[in-house]
Amino acid sequence: MDLVFWITAGWTIASAGAALSFRNPVHCVLCLVLAFAGLAAFYLQLGAEFVGFAQILVYIGAVAILVMFAILLTRTSEVQEEQRRIPWGGLAVAAIVFMSLAVAIRSSTLAGAAPVSEPRPTVKQIGVEMFQGPYVLAVEVAGMLLTAALIGAAVIALQDSPKRQP
Amino acid sequence: MSLQHYLLISAMLFSIGFAGAVSRRNAVLVLIGVELMLNAANLNFIAFARYARNPEALTGVIFVIFSIGIAAAEAAVGLALIIAVYRHYQTIRLDRIDSLKG
Repeated sequence: MDLVFWITAGWTIASAGAALSFRNPVHCVLCLVLAFAGLAAFYLQLGAEFVGFAQILVYIGAVAILVMFAILLTRTSEVQEEQRRIPWGGLAVAAIVFMSLAVAIRSSTLAGAAPVSEPRPTVKQIGVEMFQGPYVLAVEVAGMLLTAALIGAAVIALQDSPKRQP
Repeated sequence: MSLQHYLLISAMLFSIGFAGAVSRRNAVLVLIGVELMLNAANLNFIAFARYARNPEALTGVIFVIFSIGIAAAEAAVGLALIIAVYRHYQTIRLDRIDSLKG
């Protein structure tokens, strides 16, 4: 279990770091897919199977492909133009954020808690909870939000051909 | 593994996403950084749901399911905005999109 955790952790962190440090955006998206897969492995280790497979379906199957399409649609000749300079300011702020989060986590009282050994939530339980429990309205609202977002995305990205500038 | 390990991994992912979001110039890569930050928050939810001693153990899982759905909507709208900006400016470099800069 420990070995699996450390392999997954190293793989996720390394691919997340690579996803934001390559110069070619296509390589970045491929590393992002690896990072999402590592997160799905974490979810499976934590006993949340449904969320793990939803992560694979939604993030690897949809979001990463969408990002790839956006990169291909906005491809310009200036891709290689970004000069090789290390953004010290951003890295320093991110390091400070991580340090403060780490100090807070280390000093927390429930940090050493052992996993609860009660049965893991099954897909049936999640479905019953979402569609017959208190979350029905939230599911409906989320569906509405997704529909509105997709229609809005199509409208925003639509080519406005009549008044197109030369 | 204790809860602490997962929280530290999540904090590290959040910091990586944050560093990318504030320091990259390509709009798509900034969006990737935001997605990584959202995923770090999801990992926190799942870890707390697994380790916390509460009877309503499903709440964290269901929250993450909603969070994934909303992140998908956010990615769709964000990428549509990037494509619209590209149509208008012929670039997605954030330091060249400066019409409102004084």
